[in-house]
Amino acid sequence: MSGYSDPGFDTLALHAGASPDPATGARAVPIHLTTSFVFESSDHAAALFNLERAGHVYSRISNPTNAVFEQRMAALEGGIGAIATASGQAALHLAVATLMGAGSHIVASTALYGGSQNLLHYTMRRFGIETTFVKPGDIDGWRAAVRPNTKLFFGETVGNPGLDVLDIPTIAQIAHEAGAPLLVDSTLTTPYLIKPLELGADLVYHSATKFLSGHGTVIGGVLVDGGSFDWEASGRFPELTEAYEGFHHMVFSEESTVGAFLLRARREGLRDFGACMSPHSAWLILQGIETLSLRMDRHMANTEKVVQFLASHPLVSRVGHPLLESHPSHTLAQKLLRFGARGAGSVFSFDIKGSREQGKAFIEALKIFSHLANVGDCRSLVIHPASTTHFRMSDEALAGAGIGPGTIRLSIGLEDADDLIDDLKRALKAAEKAGA
Amino acid sequence: MDITVNGAKTYAYTGGRPFDATKPTVVFIHGVLNDHSVWILQSRYLAHHGFNVLAIDLPGHCRSEGEAPETVEQAADFIAALLDAAGVQRAALVGHSWGSLIALEAAARLQDRVTHLVLVGTASPMKVSPALIESSLNEPEKALKLVNVFSRSTLAAPPSALGPGTWVYGAGMALGRRVLRSNPKVNVFHRGFVACDRYANGEAAVAAIACPVLFLLGEQDQMTHPKAAQSLIHAAKAAGKAVSVVKLPVGHHQMTETPDATLFALRDFLRG
Repeated sequence: MSGYSDPGFDTLALHAGASPDPATGARAVPIHLTTSFVFESSDHAAALFNLERAGHVYSRISNPTNAVFEQRMAALEGGIGAIATASGQAALHLAVATLMGAGSHIVASTALYGGSQNLLHYTMRRFGIETTFVKPGDIDGWRAAVRPNTKLFFGETVGNPGLDVLDIPTIAQIAHEAGAPLLVDSTLTTPYLIKPLELGADLVYHSATKFLSGHGTVIGGVLVDGGSFDWEASGRFPELTEAYEGFHHMVFSEESTVGAFLLRARREGLRDFGACMSPHSAWLILQGIETLSLRMDRHMANTEKVVQFLASHPLVSRVGHPLLESHPSHTLAQKLLRFGARGAGSVFSFDIKGSREQGKAFIEALKIFSHLANVGDCRSLVIHPASTTHFRMSDEALAGAGIGPGTIRLSIGLEDADDLIDDLKRALKAAEKAGA
Repeated sequence: MDITVNGAKTYAYTGGRPFDATKPTVVFIHGVLNDHSVWILQSRYLAHHGFNVLAIDLPGHCRSEGEAPETVEQAADFIAALLDAAGVQRAALVGHSWGSLIALEAAARLQDRVTHLVLVGTASPMKVSPALIESSLNEPEKALKLVNVFSRSTLAAPPSALGPGTWVYGAGMALGRRVLRSNPKVNVFHRGFVACDRYANGEAAVAAIACPVLFLLGEQDQMTHPKAAQSLIHAAKAAGKAVSVVKLPVGHHQMTETPDATLFALRDFLRG
C-alpha cells in the first residue's frame, strides 16, 4: 500500500530525488549548467576524490540535476542507483565496459535494436568481446550458449521491432546459474509497463530519448543497478572484486556490498569513456518522466485501436503486436507485463501485402505519421527497418530478428486515434494503387 | 581484512588503509540486516584522517563466519574478543541501532579499554512489536519493506554512500536482502530483532561506562524516536558521564541520509 513513506509510481515520478531547492526555494528541479563545483577546502577536495565524502566534483562524473534524474529512475525501477549517460547506446557500452574486457563473452537476444546489434556483433568484437546471439524464445539456446568466459546475458523487454517478449525470470535463472548477470533494455516498455529487476534481471537500461523524455527533443540514456547480483559469489568479475590500481586500489565489492557495479561504472566508466549526460538533457527528460504514466496510458489506448484496425485490413498480411493471440509472445506478455499484452508497448511492426514499391508508396502517403529514425515520441512515427535501422543486417539476421523486407515499423503517438487510423487508411489505399 | 575471532573468520573493512593498531582505533558496529557497508563514507574518511578503522560484519552476517549472536550480551563479548584478536588495546565503539546496544554493552564490560562511545539511532528499551518480530521470521520481505520505509525520512537524499544518483531506499532493500541471504542457517533478521527486544540492561550499562558518550539521533526517526533515547541520556548524566547529544534532521539511517553531518559529529567527538 502506498503512502507518503512508501510512495506509488506517480508520486515517485514527480518527487523521487528532488525537493524544493534549499538555496532558492525553486520547486522545479534547477538545471545546474556548470562544469565543476567549488571545494570547501583542500581536505574537502581530497575527501571527494577519495570517496570519503559524497558530492559533486566535475559534471562528467556527476551533476546535481543528473543526480535527480538518476535517483528518480532508480526509484521507478526499484534499483539502488543509476547513472545518466549520453545516450542509450552509451548506457549499453558502459555496462559492457564495466563488466569485462578482451577475452570475454556475452549471450544476447537476436531481437535487438539495430544499434545494439552493431555494437555487440561488430564493434565490441574488435575489442575482443564476443557475442553469441540467441532467439529470445529459444530457452535451450540461451543455456547452450554459455562459455567459461561468459560475463553477461542481454536482451530487450520486448524485442525491437517484432515485440518478442523476453522471458526475464527464465533467462535470469539461466544467467545466474552461469554466474552472469542479466542486463535488460527496457526502452520500449519503461518502468510503467514492466519492472525487469522485480522479475529477476540485475541491470536495466533505457534510451531515455524515447518514452522517458517522450517528446523527441533530447538524446540520453540511463543505466540502473538492482544491487541484487553477487559479484563475489560469481567469481567472474575481478573488475569488481579485486583491488583496482586505477582508482586508489579500491576493491569495489568491499566498499559497497550491493553497489560495486555502480561505483566502478561511475568512477572508471564516466571518468575514462566520458559519455556523460548534459544537465540540460537530464532536465528535459525529467519533464517527460513527470507525465510518464499519463502518456503511456494514451500510447497504449491508441495502439490498441490501431492494431485492431490494421489486423482487419485486407492489404495487411501480419501485425506484430502481442495484443493479438496469434503473436508468439501473447501468453508471455499477459503474464509478465503490468497491463498484460496491452502493455507490450506502442512500437510495433506490420507487413503490407505486395512489393517494396508498395511499401514505399505507403510511407510516402502518410501525413500525420512522420518518416524518421526514432520511436517513443508523442508524435506518431513510421520507418522501414530493413533499409534504415537494421540495414547492416543480412537477410538471415533480419529474419532472426523477425523483420521482413516489407516490414513497416510504427511508433504510435498521442494524437487522436481516429486521425491516425484515417492516415493509415489513406496510405494503405495509396499502396494498393501502387500495386495495380 | 579478515581476523580470526573465536575461531571464526571475521571481516572488518579498514577504510582503504592498512590496519595499524598504533593509531587510535574506531570499531563500527552495524544494525539488524545491515553490514559494514552502511558506514563506508564515515569509516573511509576517518581511516584517511588518523584513525585505525574496523567496520565489521557481525558474526553470521555477509562476509563474517561464525554463529550470529542471539543476544546483545553475546555480541558484546564478541567485540571484546575482536579487540583481543586484532591486538587492539583501546578503541572507540560506534554502533547504529542494534549495533548501538552492542557498543553500549561492550563499553560497559570493557571499561577503560573503550575510549569513546557513539550511539547512533539508539533507544532503551529497543522494543520491537510482536507482529514485526513474527513477520521478520515468516514474511521477511514484507518486514524488510516496512522497516526500510520507517527508516527513511526523505525521497531526496543528498549524494550518499554510492555517490550521487544513489536511491537510498532501494539500496536499503537490496542490502537487507543480501544480508538475509548470506546466512542460510539462521534468519539474522529475526534473531537481531529478538536480541534488540530482549535487551534490558541499557540504563545500567550506560551508568557503568568509563568513557564519554555521544548520542547521535534522527529528529524524524520512526524506528528509534529521539524520545526513546531519553532514559539512556538521563541515566548517563545521572551517573556523571560526559554526555553529548546531536540531533540531525533525518530518520533512522543517518549515515546514508545525511552522511556529512553524521561524519562531522563523529569526527568532532572522536577528536575531542
